[in-house]
Amino acid sequence: MTDVNVKSKQGPLLRVVKKSEISFGKTLALSLLALIAAIVAGGIFIFAIGQNPFKVYATIVQGAWRSKIAIKGTIKIAIPLLIAALGITPAFQMKFWNIGAEGQIIMGGIFATYFALFCYDLPHWLLLILMFVAGMVGGGLWGLIPAYFKTKFGTNETLFTLMLNYIALYIIKYLTEGPWRDPASSGFPKIASFEKNARLDQIFGIHAGWLIGLILVVVVFIYMKYSKQGYEISVVGESVNTARYAGMNVKKIVMRTMFISGAICGIAGMTQVSGAAYTLGEGVAGGVGFTAITVAWLSKLNPVIILIVAVLFSVLDKGCSVMQSTFGLSAAASGILQGIILFFILGFDFFTRYRFVFRKGRKA
Amino acid sequence: MIINFLFASIKAGTPLLFGTTGEIVTEKSGNLNLGVEGMMFMGAFMSFYTAYHTGNLWMALFAAFAIGIFAALIYAFLTVTLMANQNVCGLTLTIFGTGFAKFFGEAMINDAGGSPKLSDTLMAAFSEKKIPLLGDIPVLGKLFFSHNPLVYLAIIIAIICTIYMIKTRAGLNMRAVGENPAAADAAGINVTLVKYFHILLGGGICALGGAYLSLINGGGIWNNSSVVNGQGWISVALVIFASWNPAKAIFGSLIFGAFSVLQFYVPKNIIVIPNAFYVMLPFLITTLVLIVTSMRKSKEGSQPAGCGNNYFREER
Amino acid sequence: MENKTKETMAIELKQITKTFGSVVANNRIDLSVKQGEILALLGENGSGKTTLMNMLSGIYKPDSGSILINGQLVTINSPEDSIRLGVGMIHQHFKLVEALSATDNIILGAKEKGIFLNKVRAEKISEISKRFGLNIDPEKKIYQMSVSEKQTVEILKVLYRKADILILDEPTAVLTPQETKRLFEILNLMKKEGCAVIIITHKLNEVLEISDRVTILRKGESVATVTTANTDTQELTELMVGRPVELSIDHPETYFEENLLEIHHLTVSDEENFETIKDISFDLNRGEILGVAGIAGSGQKELCEAIAGLLPVKKGAILYHNENLVGKSPNEIIKMGISMSFIPEDRLGMGLAASMGMVENMLLKKYNEGKSPFISKKAARELAKRLVKQLDIVTPSVDTPVRRLSGGNVQKVLLGREIESEPNVLITAYAVRGLDINSSYTIYDSLNEQKKKGVGILFIGEDLDVMLELCDRIMVLCHGKVTGIVDTKNTSKEQLGLLMTGASAKKGETK
Repeated sequence: MTDVNVKSKQGPLLRVVKKSEISFGKTLALSLLALIAAIVAGGIFIFAIGQNPFKVYATIVQGAWRSKIAIKGTIKIAIPLLIAALGITPAFQMKFWNIGAEGQIIMGGIFATYFALFCYDLPHWLLLILMFVAGMVGGGLWGLIPAYFKTKFGTNETLFTLMLNYIALYIIKYLTEGPWRDPASSGFPKIASFEKNARLDQIFGIHAGWLIGLILVVVVFIYMKYSKQGYEISVVGESVNTARYAGMNVKKIVMRTMFISGAICGIAGMTQVSGAAYTLGEGVAGGVGFTAITVAWLSKLNPVIILIVAVLFSVLDKGCSVMQSTFGLSAAASGILQGIILFFILGFDFFTRYRFVFRKGRKA
Repeated sequence: MIINFLFASIKAGTPLLFGTTGEIVTEKSGNLNLGVEGMMFMGAFMSFYTAYHTGNLWMALFAAFAIGIFAALIYAFLTVTLMANQNVCGLTLTIFGTGFAKFFGEAMINDAGGSPKLSDTLMAAFSEKKIPLLGDIPVLGKLFFSHNPLVYLAIIIAIICTIYMIKTRAGLNMRAVGENPAAADAAGINVTLVKYFHILLGGGICALGGAYLSLINGGGIWNNSSVVNGQGWISVALVIFASWNPAKAIFGSLIFGAFSVLQFYVPKNIIVIPNAFYVMLPFLITTLVLIVTSMRKSKEGSQPAGCGNNYFREER
Repeated sequence: MENKTKETMAIELKQITKTFGSVVANNRIDLSVKQGEILALLGENGSGKTTLMNMLSGIYKPDSGSILINGQLVTINSPEDSIRLGVGMIHQHFKLVEALSATDNIILGAKEKGIFLNKVRAEKISEISKRFGLNIDPEKKIYQMSVSEKQTVEILKVLYRKADILILDEPTAVLTPQETKRLFEILNLMKKEGCAVIIITHKLNEVLEISDRVTILRKGESVATVTTANTDTQELTELMVGRPVELSIDHPETYFEENLLEIHHLTVSDEENFETIKDISFDLNRGEILGVAGIAGSGQKELCEAIAGLLPVKKGAILYHNENLVGKSPNEIIKMGISMSFIPEDRLGMGLAASMGMVENMLLKKYNEGKSPFISKKAARELAKRLVKQLDIVTPSVDTPVRRLSGGNVQKVLLGREIESEPNVLITAYAVRGLDINSSYTIYDSLNEQKKKGVGILFIGEDLDVMLELCDRIMVLCHGKVTGIVDTKNTSKEQLGLLMTGASAKKGETK
């Protein structure tokens, strides 16, 4: 071959090609690889700030499990994260980008708090059940609003749910400074601590939220995988037209699912106010709703994996606060490490769907 | 009184204007970056750190811009090259950026042995200054010509971005990529390049908003916990309010800024409205705007059609 | 390079091969076009025409083979490269930005000097429009345009870049005959100016009318290139199909006397209150195949979806055994015990859930049976396995997501599921689109099978020859109106063509 007058240039070194199929084992292997890469990257970061990565990692892991109190602390962090991530799951499965878990947790907390503050003399169990249901209704309604407008006018749900987070947050602010302000507290306005009657019971020394979370793992798993409603959610997520074709009432399904999604997040709010904080404050959700989204997504919306990832994130959180006391490093390192891990896993997911093709050498 | 109120509104609205302009540039090229809060946080830290150590305002701004580009680069690599979910990547960036700023912020506090404070000469460099002659005009002088330099910078950036988007060839390419990347690709536009450029540029501008918060609103003292405090999210809201137009964002940021300071100016003995309501207003109004635009079903003034979706040419 | 004296070709493709996974879309294809020549690229659905052209436009990259443009070897990595080489492609699905104006779309991505958008460009556009007799409002937004206006914008886009190689993918599918004529005039003008034009089509009459030469593709291979003047429909069809045309589709006679479906004065309008179907009346009998013909976008899709209860009906009645279905949801229609099956045009987007396996897709219309809140997959699994055997569906397993299957297999899954539900009425839209001849015949046979059982079939088709053989009657739609319902026994293709253009039928109309 003698191409004298070649005008061609070479192709790009790398080119992306879609993969046809990938086995479960390979996916798992890739996820582990991503995790290892993330840990290495985090290690480099720790090294860069002048610490020994191995020691720091060891402290984080041990820190989260070193004592009964530490373990309890870790689990307490995991509870709202787990429940909220489970709440996100049906919405995301339906490809309804519910970024509003934060607000739904808050509304669940607010509704539950109402009963804790004003019906505290009811029988303990009745009160707790009322608070539980109220939390679900509060979160559910907060999820229903964007769903209604989405089905009615096609309003963008990502931005809508995002706005509702802040509206919910300022409702707490209003309640704290206004009608629900504890008259007994002088100075900084706050809502009174719950009576003992309105506090969630402890099981094995940790509030019962963990049990609720575990039950929800099973319930959400079965609901999504085996129920007719779960099937409907998957089909709507797949294609709205296919769902309509199959005779499904898409509007009803979207609204119902968002109510359920919000309601589960609302449960997280209820357990927070009644089990962890014993009051309602502006920090009731404290970013959990956002982290929960990343947890749910990383876990590919699988409730069992969500459980594992939620616990891992909590270990990191708790461990970093221990690290703070040991190494004098800020506990905010947790955010950095979480970020790095998430970046890597999000990035590695690429390789389950696509692959790179290197340019073939050209023959002379 | 009213002049003071408007003046304070402009001051409070400026960081939002940075954040909003940055996010508009990003979204117009088809990427919804929910990491504004994180990028602002990183910008806030980097600018303060640089200002603290170099004592140079412009260096501080440059540092913020650079870290914003770095943060946006992570996001761009994940969403554009690796085609990861935009919402989740943006949220992760916020988690990361917040952690980053707080972590190093605390380290800075430890090093300084207390809250670090910027020098008075530096503070003077970006204090409010009257522009000679113009600043002496009654009323208007105070309103328009007596601000700190970053206020003008924000407005200039917003205006330049508007002209860029509407009047230039590159701006047209950007809009096309944001609306329909497949069409832009077929027209010979390098979609990846356009996306990267605008995500990075947008990230840099967002981070300048963070710089404003730490250098000016912070009064020269580093506040580790609440330096950004949701301003990034308000900026995302303001994008909707401004219907993806930086010029409108100038007025939008003024209005949103006004809401945030309104509670200090409403005579309490006449109108009694809970403070929480004022801060909630921007979000309530944004939600209403969102609903109204969706009801109108108009193609203009709403989110770019390709926003939120990644593009892969050989998708069949 | 001794043979410099040879006439340089505008485009030369040599031994181009492209595979998608295990599917060979193009296999060692050769093709060439001269300057000032119009080449028709003819082939059945799925023969690889569009894939081949997409390699010229930079959407795909060939696995092997070489591309020469104006005699020079080139590598096309992106549409940008392609445009730089003077290639302009007008895709079947327009690549236009809806929210932008015509002008913006035309100048989009054009490599020109200057940072700012200015008036000069607008003048240049109107100058080109005048030269080619194209009429367009440059400030109009794309989403407010009709299909033919959009195509005009696409053509202007190509002309604006001074492309001297023009590729059009099925450009006439969406056009009325008048618009088609205008398009051909423009193409001839371009030819006179020395452009090379490739037009992808499967319509033989258009090939003969416009082209100088024809290259025929079959199953991803180029089988022949002939000069248009020396060929005829017969030869082209044979080359395209690959055997002497014995389009002998069975046409069983049935003897049912019952009306299944009566449509009275049906009118449907879209969101912008534009009437997509205007006052349509017809009936469908048991054991008959009623064809629906018309230029694409004449209301076929809306008709199907309205009958299936997916679109709201503005006026009129749909009677099934004298029961009116208008206003009922698909679910209610199913619950009434009316078994009506609809095989939509967009199989993966409407008929099936693409990421789900066959098993879960079998459940799509039946999942709600029974009172239990849980789904039962047992019966569905068995059905899926049975269908795989009966229809020779090629799939790794019944749980493999259906989007991984080839077009023909996807269609078999869909058709199989619908036939299994033992419907009385079967509606199929473009049942064989994208399928090769063999798969198509399997589908025709299945439909005839159903017809013999007494099912009434509404067959939305595009190939008039097939429809004349397969259908008992053909209803022709034009701009949402019925221009005629004819008996296939005493009607000709020409007559149908006339009806499709809106001329109302005189003779041959039945009852």
